[in-house]
Amino acid sequence: MRHTVRLGGAADFAGWRDAARDLLLGGIPPQEVDWRAGDAGASLLEENTAPPPPVMPPPRVPPAFLELAEAVICHSDPARFGLLYRLIARLQAERHLLSDAMDADVVAARRLEKAVRRDAHKMTAFVRFREAPQAEGARRRFIAWFEPEHHIVAHTAPFFARRFGDMDWMILTPRGSASLTDGTLSVSEEPARKPDLADPTDELWLTYYANIFNPARLKVKAMLSEMPKKYWANLPEAALIPDLIAQTPARVAAMAEQEMRRPPLFHERLQARATAEPTSTAEGLAGLREEARSCTRCPLHCHATQTVFGEGPDRAELMIVGEQPGDHEDLQGRPFVGPAGQVFDEAMRHAGIDRGTAYVTNAVKHFKYELRGKRRLHQSPNSAEVEQCRWWLGQEMALVRPRLVVAMGRTAVLALTGRAQKLADLRGRVQALPAGPAMLATVHPSYLLRLPDARAREQETIRFREDLAAARNWLSAPTSSPAR
Amino acid sequence: MPRSLRERLAILSDAAKYDASCASSGTERRDSSKSGGLGSTEGSGICHAYAPDGRCISLLKVLLTNFCIYDCAYCINRSSSNVERARFTPEEVVWLTLEFYRRNYIEGLFLSSGIIRSSDHTMEEMVRVVRELRTTHGFRGYIHLKSIPEASPALIEEAGLYADRLSINVEMPTDAGLASLAPEKRPQGIRRAMAALRTKIEEASEPTMRTRKRQRFAPAGQSTQMIVGADEANDATILATSGRLYGSYGLRRVYYSGFSPIPDASSRLPPQKPPLMREHRLYQADWLFRFYGFGIEEITAARPDGMLDLDLDPKLAWALAHREDFPVDVNRAAREMLLRVPGFGTKAVAAILATRRHRRIRLEDLGRLRVSLAKVRPFIVTADWTPLTLIDRDDLGALLRPPPEQLTLL
Repeated sequence: MRHTVRLGGAADFAGWRDAARDLLLGGIPPQEVDWRAGDAGASLLEENTAPPPPVMPPPRVPPAFLELAEAVICHSDPARFGLLYRLIARLQAERHLLSDAMDADVVAARRLEKAVRRDAHKMTAFVRFREAPQAEGARRRFIAWFEPEHHIVAHTAPFFARRFGDMDWMILTPRGSASLTDGTLSVSEEPARKPDLADPTDELWLTYYANIFNPARLKVKAMLSEMPKKYWANLPEAALIPDLIAQTPARVAAMAEQEMRRPPLFHERLQARATAEPTSTAEGLAGLREEARSCTRCPLHCHATQTVFGEGPDRAELMIVGEQPGDHEDLQGRPFVGPAGQVFDEAMRHAGIDRGTAYVTNAVKHFKYELRGKRRLHQSPNSAEVEQCRWWLGQEMALVRPRLVVAMGRTAVLALTGRAQKLADLRGRVQALPAGPAMLATVHPSYLLRLPDARAREQETIRFREDLAAARNWLSAPTSSPAR
Repeated sequence: MPRSLRERLAILSDAAKYDASCASSGTERRDSSKSGGLGSTEGSGICHAYAPDGRCISLLKVLLTNFCIYDCAYCINRSSSNVERARFTPEEVVWLTLEFYRRNYIEGLFLSSGIIRSSDHTMEEMVRVVRELRTTHGFRGYIHLKSIPEASPALIEEAGLYADRLSINVEMPTDAGLASLAPEKRPQGIRRAMAALRTKIEEASEPTMRTRKRQRFAPAGQSTQMIVGADEANDATILATSGRLYGSYGLRRVYYSGFSPIPDASSRLPPQKPPLMREHRLYQADWLFRFYGFGIEEITAARPDGMLDLDLDPKLAWALAHREDFPVDVNRAAREMLLRVPGFGTKAVAAILATRRHRRIRLEDLGRLRVSLAKVRPFIVTADWTPLTLIDRDDLGALLRPPPEQLTLL
């Protein structure tokens, strides 16, 4: 004999769950069950509603099924209960059924789930509260009327409780209602009737809606796909739509025909003030730094964030020259603050040099990179870029007047000497530069970071620190003069 | 006679509509059910209404004032425009936000402003609005705040404490374009500001040493906007700039705003607006870059003029130019390659990968996913389908191109 299940309401998930458990325990196949919500489809014939005797082991379902079923049960399709029972019955043998995204039952259930979630989402979007009078000293009260397609009121009510916690509200619908009173949420499946609602603030909302619309880009279809006409009856702003669309051609034509008018008076005052403003007058290193900010000597400035200028005292005995700023330096606008900067700082400490006493800069002042996916990968500057940027380095040297310049890496050597040379030939020796200070060449700290072998890295790090220590010793020796 | 609140709302929302972004997603979860106050945010955003321009309205998007000392040619609020001017007091914006929010018209505020007096003065006024909302009124809804490029770091710091998202518009795809249309704006200043935001956002997203609790700074990140079609830049240039912006500043989104005619327009602007489809194609290309593993150059390499095809979506255009990579076997291909099949979205690809573990996929299975079979058929192999030589047909492009639209008599 067929089994009939009478559920407590249209979206009675707990009732469905209990009935499904009993039926599975009784080994009742899906095709032998009739599901009824509430009093729907009451028949005069005798119905078999008694739970069958248990003959099967307790049923089990994955948590994902419960999440799916809780949504599907809210759908208005009368076949939803049977579909869910068929799925749960199949799940007993086919444990991974839900991950088969193309199974006909799974597809059907997902489709109902999607419709319910969309309807619930539209409810969170399109409910419009109107303020209602409240008692003296009580919380403010708001009432809304909404017409959902599915049985989603209870499902969606907690959203409104989370959002509108400090006011009393009530949402009435033909499929039940929800309300929050003094912080207590209650829901009912009792159909409600449309109340008479009015709120003067709607006027401001309509003003906003009409003015945020851009007539120069009419896209009615795009609007309708997200705000279908079935929702318009309860949206105050929807009443404006036909007129806004109708006026569009005239508004666009008026914009096109409008002649250029004379700018308002305050514009002329502003322009006059702007041209009268003096440009920066800073001198020395500060002036140079200011000037370098807007450097366009080579194309690198277009892609980099900013000029990363040298940093340190106005006068320094020791100047350090690296290659170019990296990712971190580009973002922060300061030299040697990224991973290579940490290696450098560490080495300076070991060599006994206070970084604050040295002037630290780069041969090239803009970051050059190649985009790989969303990552910026360092690229070495080419000789033309080094050549363009040498001018700044020369200015920095002329102002800071160091006695010794430590060139870190080949690019720094190129910038300081004007010649591409092998680092190995120069490394560790103090030598004279054509104009003025002495130079000591060493590796760039990022070279140490790139060494894959840990032992090699350790040895090279020690050598790098020794080079920096040599620079310190040379500076502190009473009669230092570079080897010729 | 002073204007009413409603009149000023009309002016200051009209002035704000050229900012394309209305997103309210991707922030932390908050609600008012236990902690008091008003409002919540929960992952995905809600579009509370749509205007007839197809754009979503999820936020109250207004300017604090449309007075501006800058004269950017593309902007309705430039100082040389004769547009009507108005200003809100910070209290008025607070009131409008809360009252609109309570009626569920919106789920937050997007506040921007013309530059008045100085960057700092303007930023200070804007920060005042959001501070009031958060601290005095316990507002927990979404806040997007435009930050003014040259504003002081302390103000930006405070803005990030209250706002979910901060944004600065790069406005033009190239520095030269900005120099010619927005002479007072400095591209380097804009990039520096975005770099500073990225640094702060990343610092805040790492637990601090002492408390393990995260310090709050713009949890929904930063975004920017580029105007399309107001200067000469082609799509390849625009997308290359986007790629750099994503890579350099960790932006959540780059918005493309097709330059749109404005009342009392400047003569420095082109007389024609770009087709709305161009903006759409740029968004599609942007998606391919962010979610489908395409490189920017791959997307724009197809045409010598560096423009995207207006008739074909960029993925289809790429596939037609790379026929040697097709057909793709749906039952075997790697995820990266499935993502390159025109007609497969990320969800369809996920479903295919899950289903493949159960059985061999047939065409009808794909039909159940609501994938357009007509569109994917030439590019795939399934258990029951091989496209034979379809992929080699010279007229494949013509077959897949939308038919020319039939004109109707008026």
